[in-house]
Amino acid sequence: MYPAPFEYFAPKSLDEAISLLEKYKEEAKVIAGGQSLTILMKLRLARPKYLIDLNKIPGLEYIIESNEGIKIGAMTRMNDIAENELIRKTYPIIHDAAINIADPLVRNMGTIGGNLCHGDPGNDMPSVMIALNAVYTVKGTRGERKIKAEDFYIDTFQTALEPDEILTEVFVAKPEPKNGSAYEKIKRRVGDFAVAAVGASISVDENLRIKKIGIALTSLGPKVLKVDTSGLIGSVANEDTFEKVGELSYKTAQPSSDIRGPAEYKRDMAKALTIRALRLSLNRILGK
Amino acid sequence: MPKHHISLVVNGKKVEADVEPRMLLVHFIRDVLGLTGTHVGCDTTNCGACTVILDGKAVKSCSLFAVQADGKELLTIEGLAKDGQLHPIQQAFWEKHGLQCGYCTPGMIMTSYWFLRKNPNPTEEEIRNAISGNLCRCTGYVKIVEAIQYAAKLMQSKELKK
Ligand SMILES: Cc1cc2nc3c(=O)[nH]c(=O)nc-3n(C[C@H](O)[C@H](O)[C@H](O)COP(=O)(O)OP(=O)(O)OC[C@H]3O[C@@H](n4cnc5c(N)ncnc54)[C@H](O)[C@@H]3O)c2cc1C
Ligand code: FES
Ligand code: FES
Repeated sequence: MYPAPFEYFAPKSLDEAISLLEKYKEEAKVIAGGQSLTILMKLRLARPKYLIDLNKIPGLEYIIESNEGIKIGAMTRMNDIAENELIRKTYPIIHDAAINIADPLVRNMGTIGGNLCHGDPGNDMPSVMIALNAVYTVKGTRGERKIKAEDFYIDTFQTALEPDEILTEVFVAKPEPKNGSAYEKIKRRVGDFAVAAVGASISVDENLRIKKIGIALTSLGPKVLKVDTSGLIGSVANEDTFEKVGELSYKTAQPSSDIRGPAEYKRDMAKALTIRALRLSLNRILGK
Repeated sequence: MPKHHISLVVNGKKVEADVEPRMLLVHFIRDVLGLTGTHVGCDTTNCGACTVILDGKAVKSCSLFAVQADGKELLTIEGLAKDGQLHPIQQAFWEKHGLQCGYCTPGMIMTSYWFLRKNPNPTEEEIRNAISGNLCRCTGYVKIVEAIQYAAKLMQSKELKK
């Protein structure tokens, strides 16, 4: 089975890729790992006339730690993220999500940039990045700009990217000393997209009072959803508080019934997974 | 659509061809190169029957375009046996009955080839995780896991003898 015909370009630089996007606009698509796009093209659900391959552009695959935090290049493969020790220790939520995305073969190709830009509410990394307050760097004909993860997702398959823009990097600030994070996902079988999933990150003070908290929902609405938890700053991180956050997730979720389950069940899972993710985050802070 | 000239190394031999951009790598392997050991079992990148090694990594060749393999090194199931001798992973699948119909087998073996290089001494759980992108509709996986465990042993004893 073949996709519809298209013209193929393998630019050697980001600027070259951007000028191709400028030229062909909506008729063009960039391809990263191809683990979503190629499949959509095979099924002819996507029919770009011009395909711009990012794989030959050097310098987009990296994980760099600094005093400020961590920078991940857009073309970094999911397996390299899953196997990164620094990420596992310092940003466990990213690790939790990475090892639960698709299967090892898909992860050998699939990139973080593709996962963040696809705009499928079932993609796992967007929730992770919203929970962590990440910032994306995108580049286009008008230069570079930064977009907060929470502002990036507009609707199903719709993001804040302009047609001539490419995501180049995602940045996550260094967590506070007492920070814990986790990603909880339920799926019907190994390698599948989430029935529902929740990302959580909390920072607490010496008395376990919450200083920062980020919660986001995957597969629980038309797009990835951020839960407004601002009212819980200052509460002690304990089961009572987690129950309250769970309630907020329950109210925020807008699931629909599909082959992965009925909406009511998914809504219940939004709460249950929020509580589980917070519990695990706290245990990680306490070294349990 | 303009065709693209590609040049890559397949099972140790240099190959050149002109391909339409929409040609999938798996179709290039099967229909252009005639290497039909790489199978197609689905349209949705789920089954892993098409697994090959591209620049050292196991990937699903139904989900890449042949043009994207330009300049790369490709290994398919046909490239494993050397001088009429089965590769230890092939030997292990044979001895341990790691297959029934054989449809998933090339993919299972190519995934194992990649995985055992990264992790020469895996636990059962690690093996099961490694082949989670390869579906088998016959065996129930028990014999496949045993075969991969045995392959790891064979490969290690081969390393020791060197
Ligand atoms: C069997 C299977 C199971 C899967 N399970 C999961 C899962 O459980 N969870 C999950 O999250 N994902 C899952 N996926 C999807 C997989 O993780 C994809 O790899 C990912 O969604 C897209 O990454 P990619 O690099 O392959 O992007 P591509 O498929 O190349 O691109 C996806 C989209 O993003 C755009 N894009 C890519 N990179 C950029 C960039 N740098 N700048 C701007 N736009 C860009 C493309 O134009 C395209 O529209 C699964 C895929 C398969 C085949
Ligand atoms: S043919 Fe099924 S994953 Fe490639
Ligand atoms: S042996 Fe038949 S599918 Fe695996």
